[in-house]
Amino acid sequence: MRGLKLFKIRGGVHPNANKQATHDRNIAKLPVPGLLRIPLLQHIGSPAQPVVKLGDYVLKGQLLARPQGAISAPVHAPTSGKIVSIGKYQAPHPSGLPVPTITLKTDGKDEWTQTWEYEDPFQMEPAKIAEIVANAGIVGMGGATFPSAVKLGLRNRYQLEKLIINGAECEPYLTCDSRLMQEHAAEIIDGIRIMMHALGVTETLIAVEKNKPDAITSLEQAAGDHPGIKVVGVPVQYPMGSEKHLTQTLIGKETPARALTADLGVVVHNVATAYAIHDALRNSRPLISRIVTVTGAAIQNPGNYQVLIGTPVSHIIDCCGGLKNDPEKLILGGPMMGQPLPSTKVPIIKGSGGILALTSKEVPMKDPSPCIRCASCVNVCPCGLLPLEMAIRAKAGDLDGAAEYGLMDCISCGSCSYVCPSHIPLVQYFNYAKGALTEKQRAQHKQEEIKRLIEARKERMEKQAKAKKEKLARRKAEMAEKKKQVSETSA
Amino acid sequence: MPFINTSSPHQQNQSSVPDLMRKVLLALIPGALACLYYFGFGVLVNIVIASATALASETIMLNLRHYPVRRYLTDYSALVTAILLALALPATVPWWLTVIATSFAIVIAKQLYGGLGYNPFNPAMIGYVVALIAFPQQMTQWPVPQPGGALGLLDVLLLQLTGTLSDPAILDAVTSATPMDQIKTGIGLNRTIGEISTGALFGTVAGRGWELVNLLFLLGGLWLLWKKVINWQIPVAVLSALFFWSWMFNLYDGDLYSSPFFHLFSGGTMLCAFFIATDPVTASTTHWGRLIYGMGIGILTFIIRNWGGYPDGIAFAVILMNMAVPTIDYYTQPRVFGHQDED
Repeated sequence: MRGLKLFKIRGGVHPNANKQATHDRNIAKLPVPGLLRIPLLQHIGSPAQPVVKLGDYVLKGQLLARPQGAISAPVHAPTSGKIVSIGKYQAPHPSGLPVPTITLKTDGKDEWTQTWEYEDPFQMEPAKIAEIVANAGIVGMGGATFPSAVKLGLRNRYQLEKLIINGAECEPYLTCDSRLMQEHAAEIIDGIRIMMHALGVTETLIAVEKNKPDAITSLEQAAGDHPGIKVVGVPVQYPMGSEKHLTQTLIGKETPARALTADLGVVVHNVATAYAIHDALRNSRPLISRIVTVTGAAIQNPGNYQVLIGTPVSHIIDCCGGLKNDPEKLILGGPMMGQPLPSTKVPIIKGSGGILALTSKEVPMKDPSPCIRCASCVNVCPCGLLPLEMAIRAKAGDLDGAAEYGLMDCISCGSCSYVCPSHIPLVQYFNYAKGALTEKQRAQHKQEEIKRLIEARKERMEKQAKAKKEKLARRKAEMAEKKKQVSETSA
Repeated sequence: MPFINTSSPHQQNQSSVPDLMRKVLLALIPGALACLYYFGFGVLVNIVIASATALASETIMLNLRHYPVRRYLTDYSALVTAILLALALPATVPWWLTVIATSFAIVIAKQLYGGLGYNPFNPAMIGYVVALIAFPQQMTQWPVPQPGGALGLLDVLLLQLTGTLSDPAILDAVTSATPMDQIKTGIGLNRTIGEISTGALFGTVAGRGWELVNLLFLLGGLWLLWKKVINWQIPVAVLSALFFWSWMFNLYDGDLYSSPFFHLFSGGTMLCAFFIATDPVTASTTHWGRLIYGMGIGILTFIIRNWGGYPDGIAFAVILMNMAVPTIDYYTQPRVFGHQDED
């Protein structure tokens, strides 16, 4: 339905979409690599705990590690093979630091573990659906990687009204969600209906940027005349896919700072998550693969591929015909918010939507020059911040000053850096300052805690000393009394 | 294999500081040509001297501050300052006055404050004000506007480089006060606006020549708006504040106060509204801040023009509002997403 009234969001930019190279490429299955490196921390929360031993033979879909704590997600074997190492391995993060990882030597048989058929999800208790989603290791596949089951459980604490499905895909280059919507619309709609049942909501809005008319048509056809599901074409405006901004576009309300969209009665899930939930409930399949867009002018055969979790980036690039020329940058994710890759050895994880090998022509490196206060960044900030003021303070180490200007409300969307005529790496300043501020607050908290303990100890010691003294005095008095008595009796 | 650890975003649009400055220079061309047409070669002489001085002083200062000279010279910011200043100076000023004003603008008002991006005051206006206060006589004599210029090239060079003319007797015939100056003097002599503006220097709504100059600066400014080099708030606020107050006073007493159109198309109004007040470094950065800043300039210009000691008040208005920018910015911060209840 296109008649829905939409609301404007502030700022935003219109980067070149660059989606043409992969937009028409059907999702293809990538060959299974010899080794899979499966990190145990692919989600927000605590890492999963291994339940397999070195040398174990595992089947496709078998549990490798179970979740730990309230916010965590399990990890499953993406194919059959032998566990050859349980240790640490470089993570797909710019730091390149190692995280706990299970290495699986594949046997090429791709043999499934036993699967079973669940009863009709619409007859299930909502808690049961959330449990199955949790056990399938499903996390937010738009990149945030927040465990989806936790979001499905929000009905216990919030009055929910609407489900919003995020198919905006506002990042340039990426077409993985677009392809999924075109090729698997029916499965997505089924996943959405299951989620609606689990959340107890009757209305769903599927938001797709208007530059994807094919995806909109496919979804509309698949949704049919389901009364609660509407497909909404939203303006092409980065960062439309930001959860809180998409919610504002659709319902006209701002999510309060440091709160959840659930406060507005809204839960937002990605299209790929809806697909994964369908797969988990209908086919009892855990999340072991995802669609990845491999593109950029340096890639020989750009396309969309269904990739097993844990597949090394180098294997993916090789399967795409390798690199035709030396890329300037290798990025995991989109060009606006993606992370530079520390090496091609790192594996694909549940939240990685794209591998971009961009040439210097696509991403020319420019030296930063002084800020001329043109306020282009102020004009485009979707959060109403003054990036130039925050940057001055972050650069000077004035973290509290930056925080006063709203540092913690920044979503790192990169719109400010995108338009900066002085090419100042604003997002880098903000990410640094956010980290440093968190660190500082933690240190401060620790210091206060130490101070409290020291004072408590001092108090305790004083109390003890006082008690000792009193005891001594009492004893002395008793002794004196005794002596007196003795002397009296002897006298 | 490149593993350069740079932060997102990896994609950027094509804008750059030199590109913005180049566009500002391009947009100045029509107005500058009109100046050249009406005020003669002196305009060109001013531009050449000011540009040379600005580039030289910028080079010296960058060297002293150990900054890469080539990179900072090619951002064209010194050139923009020089040309704005050159267009503001009368087309008859002696060469040394241009040199003093320009070098003061670049060395003191810009580089000593930290160079591009760090100067609190508009350098061109500081240079102009220094010249105006120190050399009031030279700064208030403009060539009589006349198609092709009132003086030939030789006389212009003689006048500006040596201070003489081939025929010294013609000096009074070819230079005069500006129309705005004449109104100020006339009002002081109890003459009405109507009487004063019958003079030879007056055109349809404002000074002869000045009207077209302002119109072409307006066109250049509109092009900058269209190209998104400047934001609409400042020019709109400057012009509407100036228009509104001059209109109100003109309605109140048309004999004493000039028409709003006279104000819009006289002196440096359009140059100020689109090119000077919009200097990003010294202007406000927020939506409401820009409106307040622009309105402040419009109102102060009107006040100084009518009741101040100088015929045109733009330079002072801009500098006074530059001073207020940090305060304006502080109190006009936009509402942050998700903070509904605060303010």
